Amino acid sequence: MPDSSAATGLHAEAHNPALLHHFAEPQQQRDAASLGMWVFLATEVMFFGGLFCAYLIYRRLYFGDFAAASKTINMGLGATNTAVLICSSLTVVLAVWAAQTARRTLLITSLIITMLLGLVFLGIKGIEYREKFVEHHVPGASFSFDKVPIPGHPGQYADPHHAQLFFSLYFVMTGLHALHMIIGLGIFLWLLIMAWKGRFTPEWHTPVEIGGLYWHFVDIIWIYLFPLLYLIDRHP
Amino acid sequence: MSEHESAKSPLKGYFAVWIALLVGTGVTVYAATLDLAPYNAAVALGIATIKATLVTLFFMHVWHASEKLTKLVVIGALFFLLLLLGLTMTDFATRGWS
Repeated sequence: MPDSSAATGLHAEAHNPALLHHFAEPQQQRDAASLGMWVFLATEVMFFGGLFCAYLIYRRLYFGDFAAASKTINMGLGATNTAVLICSSLTVVLAVWAAQTARRTLLITSLIITMLLGLVFLGIKGIEYREKFVEHHVPGASFSFDKVPIPGHPGQYADPHHAQLFFSLYFVMTGLHALHMIIGLGIFLWLLIMAWKGRFTPEWHTPVEIGGLYWHFVDIIWIYLFPLLYLIDRHP
Repeated sequence: MSEHESAKSPLKGYFAVWIALLVGTGVTVYAATLDLAPYNAAVALGIATIKATLVTLFFMHVWHASEKLTKLVVIGALFFLLLLLGLTMTDFATRGWS
């Protein structure tokens, strides 16, 4: 960090205050940071990958029940949330660009808009969850999924146990994603404070860059969650 | 991004990717309402993968990454994910009892 002891003249030679002394040049410092972030994101891929794998297995086994259950979640809200996250990804990439080019106002505005979009996402998620609680579609003692027809199979009804599996996966996957969003909001609040204090320069804005990588990753997870959970068998 | 790249503004590209992602979302929703028999899932996942690739390459700057190791980590993560999904699904798809 540029404000730490590395910059306070411990080195006798002329030293770039934005450059930690174990790096040869700013480019190498940036590459090292984003490489580290990508390794972390690789572990996140495997973390979510296990859930996607469980989802694929059960979707294959109980396709009709999953389709019936998927039809009860609100596609419009899901699609809106996808658009909200895509817009937030744009503002994140604008924030990174603003940090690279020393545009303080754009940086701060982009960070604030990103956080607002993140909050809108969580709010819409909350509305969706509320619907599920009202309809007794939350797995547990009061779960109820009686006489819900299987799409494309007239006269057949979904097995409530299999539908419960779908909703378990729905809540765990979207819940874990929402948790990532909440963590992301925390990171972006910190970025906003740092940006407000003017800590980021074109030479050193590593937190904006790797915080942005995190946000985009969470967006990518949603890009897959939306069609898998909301759009299993929607045609009339 | 290296210094010489910041000379030309990447903004146009960012907005183009943003539009493409929004269009992709619209197409996914529309395609889901069509009866494509067994291809609904393939179309949905195909569009999602295109969108994810756009985000990774351009928003996450992997396309312009100066460090090849970064690209290796991205490909490595993808490879192991496909190993997990691919081997599990081939197992489940070829079991007589399932």
